Amino acid sequence: MDILVCVKRVPDPAENEIEINKDGSDILREDVVYSVNEWDNYAVEEAIQLKDNHGGTVTVVTVGDEEDEEILRREMAMGADHGILISDESIEGSDGTGIARVLKSEVEKGSYDLVFCGAQSDTAAAQVGGLLAAMLDWPYASLVNEIQVSDEKTLKVGREIEGGNQEMNEISMPCVLSIQTGINEPRYVGIRGIRKVANVDIPVHGLSELAVDVDSVGYNGAKVKRLNYFVPEMGEGAEILEGSSEEVAEKLIELLKSKGGIK
Amino acid sequence: MSRQIFAYIEHHNGVADDSALEMINAGKMIDPEANVIALVFGSGEDLNSVCQTVAKTYPEVWKVDNSEIAYPNAEIIRGLLVNILPQDALCLIPHDTLGMDLAPGLSVKLDAACITDVIEFQGVDGNDLKAIRQEHSGQAHAYMSCDISNGAIITVRPGNFQPDESQSEKGQIVDKSSEAGQVEAKRKFLQIVEAEVGEVDITKEDILVSIGRGIEDEENIEIADELAEAMGGVVSCSRPVVDAKWLEKSRQVGTSGKTVKPKVYMAMGISGSFQHMGGVKGNPFIVAVNKNPKAPIFQVADVGVVEDLLEFAPTMTDKVKESK
Repeated sequence: MDILVCVKRVPDPAENEIEINKDGSDILREDVVYSVNEWDNYAVEEAIQLKDNHGGTVTVVTVGDEEDEEILRREMAMGADHGILISDESIEGSDGTGIARVLKSEVEKGSYDLVFCGAQSDTAAAQVGGLLAAMLDWPYASLVNEIQVSDEKTLKVGREIEGGNQEMNEISMPCVLSIQTGINEPRYVGIRGIRKVANVDIPVHGLSELAVDVDSVGYNGAKVKRLNYFVPEMGEGAEILEGSSEEVAEKLIELLKSKGGIK
Repeated sequence: MSRQIFAYIEHHNGVADDSALEMINAGKMIDPEANVIALVFGSGEDLNSVCQTVAKTYPEVWKVDNSEIAYPNAEIIRGLLVNILPQDALCLIPHDTLGMDLAPGLSVKLDAACITDVIEFQGVDGNDLKAIRQEHSGQAHAYMSCDISNGAIITVRPGNFQPDESQSEKGQIVDKSSEAGQVEAKRKFLQIVEAEVGEVDITKEDILVSIGRGIEDEENIEIADELAEAMGGVVSCSRPVVDAKWLEKSRQVGTSGKTVKPKVYMAMGISGSFQHMGGVKGNPFIVAVNKNPKAPIFQVADVGVVEDLLEFAPTMTDKVKESK
């Protein structure tokens, strides 16, 4: 089974307070700690486990620039066999549809049975997997939290739906799945593992290598554009308790007692 | 003629989802003059009863009865929608587990724009729809521009738009089943596996000490247990704690976990995503403890403490014990 996993390098939500720059054109990028998008990491782990149990290969691909190569190496250190960096200035400013067009072309260069995406990333749009599947005319399942291989052509997949319930589906391959966190326990990657793949060649594909119309991607090809970030006028929000930890705790206990919050 | 906007109505066991009442107002926020048409897809008696209900809110209801979607299958629904929606349709879909499955692919098949998880609209100027969405776990808001010249598939955040509770409409139900036709799918629904019931039922507790990513390590859960015990409550959690397998799924609060209705909800190290807060109902007194002052949880909490929960919780536990 040959699997392509689409990954993205994002500001790590656990490590950063996101601030917006002066003109709202971007978030403040200085001092931002980056990591591989959490959902994508689960997707790579799932692909590696499928490879270990059923044979095949795992390829990780990202759309970005040379800085994004580090996450490809990280995922290769986990056990992915190949990495591909798609990079071209014309892709900058693409909407999800533009990114999916580029990925579609990359998928068609190979002969993959399965394509995984993380269920969502830093933009929380949760769309690239579904866009890609429809462009390829492959079946799709989102929010996948379980995969069983039925036979060479068929999978049983569980989708996480409301209320913690799971929706089981049968899906034919090739297909695209968007992977939900919690589907597995991604393995730890140490410095030594990353060193091992430090010199592995990672091909860079530009639009000239991919059959993509330049006008259909990038900012000008995008139907959905982010104009700028802004800081919303917030409501009053929470009353922030000030003081030492002890003082804050005491104030909070008084409040909680009046609300039935301490029995 | 006023602009048509379509709203895809979700329903379960013959009951329309809460988002059904919200999407008509989302549509009116795009264009106050719009004729917002409900799309109700399903099968049999359940479908009829949902159509009747929805017709009290929407002036026009398009019904598609197809036994293949007695349980919703996004691939089939997509094909049926393509068969009945006009060119350049604007279609609203709730941003939930069905919406995420359906919307992106539908936009491709209609060659329409796809914009997801919209929290506010700011009107249309020609073919330019202005919308607001959030990025970076709710820490950044963004003004968006969406080219609707060839239509748009738009998912809207559930619980975020005012519901229209007037129930004053006597809408016309139009049967579009034959026009929608039949659609083959390469994905087949098998069954629902119900969530396991845990030892502790967090849905019945008045006091919840809820922990998120800020708990950092499995060993630290003890700290939350001690505080919950001192307060007379139990520990619940947000998604990352369950993903890490530190607590059972039955302890998870949120749209993909349990819906809770406590009197006091103490959110510690929880950023406060809409999926998480969607599981907190009944207007509890919310306390947020988070070291990140930008965390969205502070916007929905009543009281906030900007501290690391790992330091604050033990102090709080001691003080609670002293106060008794």
